[in-house]
Amino acid sequence: MSSLVMALSDGAVVAKRNLIKIKRIPEILIWTTMSPIMFVVLFAYVFGSSIEIPGMSYREYLIAGVFAQTVVFGSTFTGAGLAEDMTKGIIDRFRSLPMARSAVLVGRTGSDIVYNAISLFVMTATGLIVGWRIRTGVPDAIVGFVVLLLFAYAISWIMAFVGLKVSSVEVVNNASFMVIFPMTFIANTFVDASRLPGPLQTIAEWNPVSAVAQAAREAFGNTGTIPEPTVWSLDHPVAYTLIWVALILIVFVPLTVRSYNRAATK
Amino acid sequence: MTNAIRTEGLVKRFGGVTALDGLDLSVPKGTVLGLLGPNGAGKTTAVRILTTLLVPDAGHVEVAGIDVVAHPHEVRQRIGLSGQNAAVDENLTGYENLDMVGRLYHLGRARSRARARELLEIFQLDEAADRPAKTYSGGMRRRLDLAAALVAEPEVVFLDEPTTGLDPRSRLQMWDTIEELVRSGSTVLLTTQYLEEADRLADNIVVIDRGRKIAEGTADELKRQIGGERVELVLDAEDGIEEARRVLERVAVDEVKVEPALRRLTVGVTGGAESLKAVLDGLTELGLKVVDVGLRRPTLDDVFLSLTGHHAQDFATPEHSEPDRPGPQDLLKEAVR
Repeated sequence: MSSLVMALSDGAVVAKRNLIKIKRIPEILIWTTMSPIMFVVLFAYVFGSSIEIPGMSYREYLIAGVFAQTVVFGSTFTGAGLAEDMTKGIIDRFRSLPMARSAVLVGRTGSDIVYNAISLFVMTATGLIVGWRIRTGVPDAIVGFVVLLLFAYAISWIMAFVGLKVSSVEVVNNASFMVIFPMTFIANTFVDASRLPGPLQTIAEWNPVSAVAQAAREAFGNTGTIPEPTVWSLDHPVAYTLIWVALILIVFVPLTVRSYNRAATK
Repeated sequence: MTNAIRTEGLVKRFGGVTALDGLDLSVPKGTVLGLLGPNGAGKTTAVRILTTLLVPDAGHVEVAGIDVVAHPHEVRQRIGLSGQNAAVDENLTGYENLDMVGRLYHLGRARSRARARELLEIFQLDEAADRPAKTYSGGMRRRLDLAAALVAEPEVVFLDEPTTGLDPRSRLQMWDTIEELVRSGSTVLLTTQYLEEADRLADNIVVIDRGRKIAEGTADELKRQIGGERVELVLDAEDGIEEARRVLERVAVDEVKVEPALRRLTVGVTGGAESLKAVLDGLTELGLKVVDVGLRRPTLDDVFLSLTGHHAQDFATPEHSEPDRPGPQDLLKEAVR
C-alpha cells in the first residue's frame, strides 16, 4: 500500500472513530450548533438594526461573515480533540499499530470537516429563516461553501499543531480564542474593511479571513451595490484564499506530523 | 531455538534518571517471559522500547527477528500490546474498538469484523459487545484491551502489568485468559509486581532492579534460591515452644527459626498446604494452642531481600507500595509491647 493511500484509509478509520463520539454524546453536537445559531440571530437583530452598509441590507452582508468566523472557530475542535487524545491511553494503542504515522492527524482534521459542514448547514437554515437569501445559483453557492470548508481545514492543521504543543484542552481553547477573536474581527466579516482606520484597514484587507468572507459573499450574491474592492486580495478572494490554504498546509502538515511523532516517542 | 525477543545492553535515560541500565533479555519463540520487579524498576520502559513507543539511548533490540529501532513499522505488524492503562476508546463499543484496531492492522473490512466478533466471544464480552466501553467494569476493559492486542494474531504479545488494579476475581479470570493465550503458542512478555503471577504464567522469570537484571531462571529455580514457602505459627504460651519445634522439624526443609519473645516459630517447607495440615495435626495431638498460623508464600519483597539485601519498597513510589507482611519495625514494636 502506498503511504498516501495508507494515510487516507487509516485516517478514514480514525475519522469514523471521532464521529462515533458525536453519536454517543449528542450534547456535543447540540452545543456546537447552538453557537452558530446564536451568532446568526444575535448579529442579525442586534447589529443588523444599527450598522449600515451603503447599498445593501446589513443582515444580508453579515451572514457570510458569520459563516467565516464560525468555521474558523470550529477548527479549534481539532486542537482540543487532539490534546484530549494525547492524554489518553488510546494514543499508545495507535502508536503501537502498523498504521500511517499521520493517520491520527488526517483523521482528526477530516472529522472536523464534518463538524464544520454540519454547523454550516445549521447556519444556512437559520440565515434563510431570518431573511438571508442566496441570490446566485447552486454551483456558485457550492463554491462558497467549499472555500469556507477548505480554509477551515487548513486552520485545523494549525490548531492540531497547537494541540500537540500545549498540555491541556483548556489551554488550547484559551490560546486559540486569543488569536481567533481578533483574527475574525479585524476583517470584513462584520464591517466594511475599507471604512476601518489606517493600519487596521491594511490588516483587514490582507487578512485571509476577509478574503474568505468576501469569496462567500460573492458566491452567494450578497454584495449588493457596494463598490468593488480595489485591493488585490479582496478583488481575487478565491485565489487569495487558496494561496493561504496551500501555504498553511505546506508548512503545517509536515510540521504537525513531525511534532506528533516526536510526542509519540517521548 | 530462535529468539522472538532479544535485547542487548539496553539503556534509557529520562533526564538524570537511568530507567534502563544495560538490560539484556532473550525470549525463545513460543515461551513466556515474566519481567518481575517493583515500581520504578524499568519494566514499563522496557516494554515501551520493545513495542516501538520509545527509542532507546543505547543498545540493540530485536523483536520477531527485526531491529526495532531501524524498522519500527515492520515490528508493529507483528506485535500486540496490552498496557497498564486499558487503551480502549470509551465512546466506542467493544465491537467498534476491536473492528477499528483490525482495520488499522489492515486486516480488511470483512476479516476485521469477523475477528472482532470472534474475540468478543472468546473474552466473554459478546453480551456487552454493543455497549460503549465506558459502561464496562475495570475487568471488562482489561479484557477488551487484551483482545485488542490479539486482533492480528501477533507473533509476540506484550502485557504490561495485566492484572494491576484488578480485584481478586478479575485477576483470576485474567490469569485463565492469559494461560489460554499461552497455550495457543504465542510468545509473551509480561511484566508484573507479583511473584505469584509470574510463577503461574511464565516459563522464565527475569527479576529487574533499577534497570538491571539481578536474577533469571524458572520460578522453581528462583524460589529455591530464596527459600520457597514457609510455615509460620505463634503459640499462645511459651512453654510449648520445644514441643512445637519438634513438630515443625518433621516437615522442615531448613532449620526451624524460633523467636521466643514473640512465641513465634518459622520454617521452610515444600509441601504447601499438606505441610501446614501436618503441622496443625501434630500440634493438636500434643494439645498445643496457637494464636496464629499460616503458610506464607515468598513475595516479591522476599525475592528482593534475598537478592539485593534491600526491600522492594525502598524505591517503590509510596502510593503504589502495598502493605506487605510485617517488616523488622513491626516486629520490634510487637516485641516491646
